[in-house]
Amino acid sequence: MVEAQTIAEPILETENLTVAYGSAPAVKNVNVRISQNQITAMIGPSGCGKSTLLRTFNRMNDLVFGVRIRGKVLYHGRDIYKKGSDPVEIRRKVGMVFQKPNPFPGSIFKNVSWGPSINGYRGDLPELVERCLRKAALWDEVKDKLNDSGLALSGGQQQRLCIARAIAMDPEVILLDEPCSALDPASTARVEELLLELREKYTILIVTHNMQQAARISDLTAFLFQGKLIEFGETKTIFTTPKNRETEDYVTGKFG
Amino acid sequence: METTNAQSNLMKGMVRVLSLTGISRPVQNSKDIAEKESDFSVNLRWRRFKANAFRVVLIGTVTLAVMMLLILLYEIIRQGAGWLNWNFITSFPSRFPAKAGIWSAIWGSLWVITFTAIFSIPVGVGAAVYLEEYAKRSRLGNLIEINISNLAGVPSIIYGLLGLVVFVRAMALGRSVTSGALTMSLLILPVIIVASREALRGVPNTIREAAYALGATRWQAISAHVVPAALPGILTGIILSLSRAIGETAPLILVGAVAYVAFVPEGPSSAFTVLPIQIFDWSSRPQESFHELAAAGILVLLIFLLTMNAAAIFIRDRYQRRLKW
Repeated sequence: MVEAQTIAEPILETENLTVAYGSAPAVKNVNVRISQNQITAMIGPSGCGKSTLLRTFNRMNDLVFGVRIRGKVLYHGRDIYKKGSDPVEIRRKVGMVFQKPNPFPGSIFKNVSWGPSINGYRGDLPELVERCLRKAALWDEVKDKLNDSGLALSGGQQQRLCIARAIAMDPEVILLDEPCSALDPASTARVEELLLELREKYTILIVTHNMQQAARISDLTAFLFQGKLIEFGETKTIFTTPKNRETEDYVTGKFG
Repeated sequence: METTNAQSNLMKGMVRVLSLTGISRPVQNSKDIAEKESDFSVNLRWRRFKANAFRVVLIGTVTLAVMMLLILLYEIIRQGAGWLNWNFITSFPSRFPAKAGIWSAIWGSLWVITFTAIFSIPVGVGAAVYLEEYAKRSRLGNLIEINISNLAGVPSIIYGLLGLVVFVRAMALGRSVTSGALTMSLLILPVIIVASREALRGVPNTIREAAYALGATRWQAISAHVVPAALPGILTGIILSLSRAIGETAPLILVGAVAYVAFVPEGPSSAFTVLPIQIFDWSSRPQESFHELAAAGILVLLIFLLTMNAAAIFIRDRYQRRLKW
């Protein structure tokens, strides 16, 4: 097993985390510490458990029927799976962007404002919507059509709308589950640029199939294989001088 | 020379007609493609023949169904159209065909259908939302699911018996609009539940995830996104099942709708009749004029049904255009 390195104050941490769907464990005994204001990439071949691991950080796995979770997930040192803790609470602080852009079938404005409004936001909604759309580098493209359907946008715009929607909750962490896999290269570049800007304020965890993407934007990289965390460290190290044989084989493209 | 020209024109015309029906299509001669010795026995001619024969059978079935409907419509219009006038609509039933009308039946149908909607929509949609969004998958859940699907296939007269025993007698509601509407609600509840569940299941999970990821509670996600997205399907199911209810006769005969009602229902506890019962009563009389009255009644009922179905289609198309993902 690999000792996770401490580079900055951990904001999220797992202790002996095992996640199983039915009887088959998808994540096995993972210990990982996620540092604040860094981009952490999670890479590995299909079915290695990286998405499952990502989804434990905001309890999205709760929605899956028959999921079992052992071990701890600590957010600022507090176990989010402790009995009596409400998943709604953690999801407010740990936002998520999904693989396929999934705007609500309503207006662009409502897409961004809905999260804050159901969580009792007391500020100025139009101002918030504008600020978030600006941060998501979408404002100039949509400022004249805020009442149009979010579904009328292009795929890349939809994904940036989803990022704006996540930012609107003012989270500390943003989880991204292969956010660019449905996008063309130009849209991917825009989203990556955006993530690098967002790092200033948010802690970002990104699952990606694209190793170049991990190398381009992440500070830290975790390599998972068959549900286990094989290696975790600075991205540069993982891609140039990995300690583990499997990591090396994967990042050099021998399998995956 | 001229004859061959005419013949070839005739041939061309026939080919065009046939190709319109899709029975025969100009096909490239398969011999053109060099047929080498191989493991395949292509036998295109026989396969094409089978494909075309099947197409002919299918066209035949469609034609049969449409023809039946047209004959039925023609027969009803031929008999009933002459009687269909404002007097017929606004008169109460009578012993004299010339004076008889369907005013009380129209109002009875409207009362029953309105109360049926009031009873069945909240319960049906609520049950569907619970079963689809809240209930965990379990053996009990499966049992309930099978049960509901089976209930949708129970003969309507059974619901009539149930209504008679439970609503008319045990709950002492009498032979009233309320009893009729409650019985009809039982009849269409399974259909509403099944249709609504289907619609809810069609809402992509990504929408639920998007809502939950923003810190929504289950109720917030469902009420703001899941149910609205499923609404076209739910509404279609509701309208179609209500239009089934408006045409039902058997259960209401048991619950005690009477054919001769010379007043418009005054409230939920009033006695009543409905269109199909009036039609049934007229068509079972010996005089020819009453049969024609029945046909006129059927026309009115058909107009009701077609309007409701058109509304269902309109709603579905309208919303579906807006909801694309």
